Amino acid sequence: MKRQVIDKGVHSGFLLIALFSITALFLIVVFLFIEGIPILDHVSIKEFVFGKYWYPTDDPADFGILSLILGSICVTLLSGIMAIPLGVMTAVYLAEIASPKVAEIVKPIVELMASMPSVVIGFFGMVVVAPFIQQVFDIPVGLNMFNASLMLAFMAVPTICSISEDAIFSVPVALKEASFALGATHFETIVRVIIPASLSGICTAVILGLSRAIGETMVVLMAAGGAAMIPGSIFDPVRPLPASIAAEMAEAPFGGEHYHALFAIGIVLFVFTFMFNLLADYVSYKFRQVGEASL
Amino acid sequence: MQTHIKMHTKNLDFFYGDFQALDQVSIDFIENRVTALIGPSGCGKSTYLRCLNRMNDLIAGIRVKGLAMLDNDDIYDPSIDVVTLRRQVGMVFQKPNPFPKSVFENIAYGLKVNGMKDKAKITRIVEKSLKQAAIWDEVKDRLNESALGLSGGQQQRLCIARALAVAPEVLLMDEPASALDPIATQKIEELITELSSKLTIIIVTHNMQQAARISDRTAFFYMGKLIEVNDTDTLFTKPELKQTEDYITGRFG
Ligand SMILES: Nc1ncnc2c1ncn2[C@@H]1O[C@H](COP(=O)(O)OP(=O)(O)OP(=O)(O)O)[C@@H](O)[C@H]1O
Ligand SMILES: [Mg+2]
Repeated sequence: MKRQVIDKGVHSGFLLIALFSITALFLIVVFLFIEGIPILDHVSIKEFVFGKYWYPTDDPADFGILSLILGSICVTLLSGIMAIPLGVMTAVYLAEIASPKVAEIVKPIVELMASMPSVVIGFFGMVVVAPFIQQVFDIPVGLNMFNASLMLAFMAVPTICSISEDAIFSVPVALKEASFALGATHFETIVRVIIPASLSGICTAVILGLSRAIGETMVVLMAAGGAAMIPGSIFDPVRPLPASIAAEMAEAPFGGEHYHALFAIGIVLFVFTFMFNLLADYVSYKFRQVGEASL
Repeated sequence: MQTHIKMHTKNLDFFYGDFQALDQVSIDFIENRVTALIGPSGCGKSTYLRCLNRMNDLIAGIRVKGLAMLDNDDIYDPSIDVVTLRRQVGMVFQKPNPFPKSVFENIAYGLKVNGMKDKAKITRIVEKSLKQAAIWDEVKDRLNESALGLSGGQQQRLCIARALAVAPEVLLMDEPASALDPIATQKIEELITELSSKLTIIIVTHNMQQAARISDRTAFFYMGKLIEVNDTDTLFTKPELKQTEDYITGRFG
């Protein structure tokens, strides 16, 4: 009898704690919406999302965040273009090609990269990469979309690499043997059997890596240049969504329209990362049909 | 009666690191005959089989000594192209291991990696191989469905068809029916008998009756050594050695 009482107690204890964290999260979301929605008194959703001009402190102010949204999207895409091939190819190398000894040394280094604080990476982008880019490409400023993307790629590669590596490593040996036994080379086996069989894991890795990039604040604040304009080339400075919030929050008067606009940006960012996570779930579910059944 | 020796090994030694798994194994495999390899678990049958298409190369720290020949080629000669060798010497594994692709793609895989581009030709060979493996009727309406949806027995016949598609000269089979029910097993056995008119087959089996039913010759292994090899009828009725007799009659100690 007593044991059951304790058991019940434990159950409700855990339920309470779980409820607490869910409620806290929920409250943050509610707060975000309460503080963000009032901006709609000043602009329509369409003007807000598709407006080209972001002059929150002018009179009358302009609250169009299209350039910020595009800044975020472009920076993330470009970092993806750099990070995905690098991360996946490193993973293939580590799981398939490298000798166990080499893999043993390289793997911890990659994981160490993942634990680099973002402010350090941002700082590195500012003082080392920016002057370098400036010189090599002969452009006036080194703090721009390219620099920020490079730094974000640097942050995404370890995530993409280590999760992909796990996925590739767990492809059953029997499949590899089947391929070799049919006269396939190692390269053909990697491209035609191993990568397709681990696609679910690789996609999850990519999305997790990039979702870190889209929400990342410090790096884009420090290295992206901060100009709220629609980028025309990869060497234009941009001002992604998180950077705007971080840079302007301190100077926006509490309860004013600028303040509400920043929260509304928060909502947009939230929608972005939320969609990213949904996509991750969907993709890993969809490809798993193939991947898992192969076991 | 023609008795061309298709493959043979002479004094073959094999080591996993320091552990010697095969000791001076010499067998001749006659062309278009079925040779069964029998022996207790762990005696080195799979290891030996995998020496014949150099599948053991995938394992780190292995060492091979002695001679293994396919026709007139030493298959461990450094100038041998392993990819070509594996196409000539196909393999079917103990557990069915279809790719997580469609039935069609499973069979076409070996053709494509060997450079065949002609779609019509590929389609023709896929159909021919599936028919050869006696599974065409069961899968002809689901060629584009995943091979993983097939039953275990169908998957194994698919794997046989896949191996046949690249037109090997020798087929190695490592307990191909051990994971299957009696009906599927019977189908595979019939298949082996039929294939043996055009193909040299080397099959590992734990099942004495199976060895007796399907093979022309049988080799008995024990602790990494070849104990006795002979015509299947002779080996099962008048084994030369007491050890062989004990094993095949189940009086093994
Ligand atoms: N990858 C490996 N590394 C080290 N030793 C191995 C390896 N594979 C097999 N062995 C050893 O080699 C010996 C022969 O193994 P093998 O798999 O060839 O036996 P088998 O006759 O096929 O057995 P079974 O009938 O159970 O399949 C065994 O002692 C086994 O432990
Ligand atoms: Mg075995």
